[in-house]
Amino acid sequence: MSRTIITVVGKDTVGIIARVCTYLADAQINILDISQTIVQGFFNMMMIVDMEKSTKSFETASLELERLGDEIGVKIKCQREEIFTSMHRI
Amino acid sequence: MLNMFEVIETNHMIEHEKLDVRTITMGISLLDCCDSDLEAMNRKIYQKITEKAKNLVSVGEAIARDFGVPIVNKRISVTPAALVGGCACRTPKDFVSIARTLDRAARDVGVNFIGGYSALVSKGMTQADENLIRSIPEALSVTERVCSSVNVGSTKTGLNMDAVCLMGQIIKETAEATRDQDSLGCAKLVVFCNAPDDNPFMAGAFHGVTEADAVINVGVSGPGVVKVALEAARGQNFEVLCETIKKTAFKITRVGQLVAQEASRRLGVPFGIIDLSLAPTPAVGDSVAEILEEIGLERVGAPGTTAALAMLNDQVKKGGVMASSYVGGLSGAFIPVSEDQGMIDAVSAGALTLEKLEAMTCVCSVGLDMIAVPGSTPASTLSGIIADEAAIGMVNQKTTAVRIIPVAGKEVGDSVEFGGLLGYAPVMPVNSYSCEKFVTRGGRIPAPIHSFKN
Repeated sequence: MSRTIITVVGKDTVGIIARVCTYLADAQINILDISQTIVQGFFNMMMIVDMEKSTKSFETASLELERLGDEIGVKIKCQREEIFTSMHRI
Repeated sequence: MLNMFEVIETNHMIEHEKLDVRTITMGISLLDCCDSDLEAMNRKIYQKITEKAKNLVSVGEAIARDFGVPIVNKRISVTPAALVGGCACRTPKDFVSIARTLDRAARDVGVNFIGGYSALVSKGMTQADENLIRSIPEALSVTERVCSSVNVGSTKTGLNMDAVCLMGQIIKETAEATRDQDSLGCAKLVVFCNAPDDNPFMAGAFHGVTEADAVINVGVSGPGVVKVALEAARGQNFEVLCETIKKTAFKITRVGQLVAQEASRRLGVPFGIIDLSLAPTPAVGDSVAEILEEIGLERVGAPGTTAALAMLNDQVKKGGVMASSYVGGLSGAFIPVSEDQGMIDAVSAGALTLEKLEAMTCVCSVGLDMIAVPGSTPASTLSGIIADEAAIGMVNQKTTAVRIIPVAGKEVGDSVEFGGLLGYAPVMPVNSYSCEKFVTRGGRIPAPIHSFKN
């Protein structure tokens, strides 16, 4: 399994999750877990996704999501899971 | 499964606290490039470097993209050139042709520095060693990316005072040869005692003869992360302080370990070591001096600085060692003056002197680093400074180094601008009493008694 963490941070607005999820569904990227919260009016979301069957490469998906973020007015970042597990798990 | 706070913490470190991997350095052995024909040897050196490192930069960039962590530098270290070039180079001029080849290879593979224009002369100098050393001023003035280092002593061998004496002159000549760039050549020249074979950090990186054909070494950084973590521990006792530094160092080093393993796998080159150093940059919030000030000093250089640095250095090592399977290189806190805004400010304020910096080098990695002194400083005084620093390394069984810049045409009160990661520095005063009769005696200082452990 090739797990990736997608983080979305920015000003809260209608349809952020919908837009991101639509993109992921179109690219055959499976969502394993979502957490979302609003901190001081700012939208914070973390998704754990599986890109095993993705029709797009990590690089392409990462760039396209970044562009989608620019459209919605939020920051979307894709990172492979290992950077977090290596830092926070012994 | 990962939770949101962990993800936010990591990304906060990267985006706001300047967490990065400072360098992926590929060590490449050039021992199989030896040839009695100089042109043939240069050709072999160029081919070997450009073949081994052809994907280094692109792989580094891909790893940075995949994990979302900046990898600031991609670099190369090679076998000390004096060992490789000895069979073909008869004069210092011949060695300069190797420097040019290294520079061209570095440029063509896209790395910003290549280290290993070096000689290891801790006990004595061969003719090749001496020719290489005498070629350094020209080599560093006609190349852009080549870094040079000379190891003049070790705990096992004592200090080669002939080499120490010569290096004072070479530093002066290098300063003069690069006069129009504020003596920038000296920023790429390090004089070591107990030089490590696997250091990934410039300017002192070289690929030691004990190493494999090629190896990946990674230098981590993160003074800003430690500083921010310590802000949360203000007013707490030393136990809490030490725990905070250890935990932070662990997290930083884990990122380095991940990047090193990934680079090793993708490049098909064995993983060597992680150098777990706190390496500052001139950027605000990326400073070792600021950590020391956060610990409780009004300014770096105040009484208590050496103790605070000793503790910081030790805790960084204790936290980092568990996070990596192999630790090596210099591993500790770097205290370069021109590359650390807090150090620059302390020198400008008169809080930090050359003598205090020397004391600080007794308890942390490296030594007197990126220090600008007046261009009128005599060569023998520079040799004296090198000898003092090397003696600290020799007696304390640790690496020490001197990277000092006697800036041609500048005096105390002036400042020099090196640009980029090398930063800028105020010119510092040097003790004006002479040590010429001491450094010109000739011969060696014997190894200290505690080196006889057999």
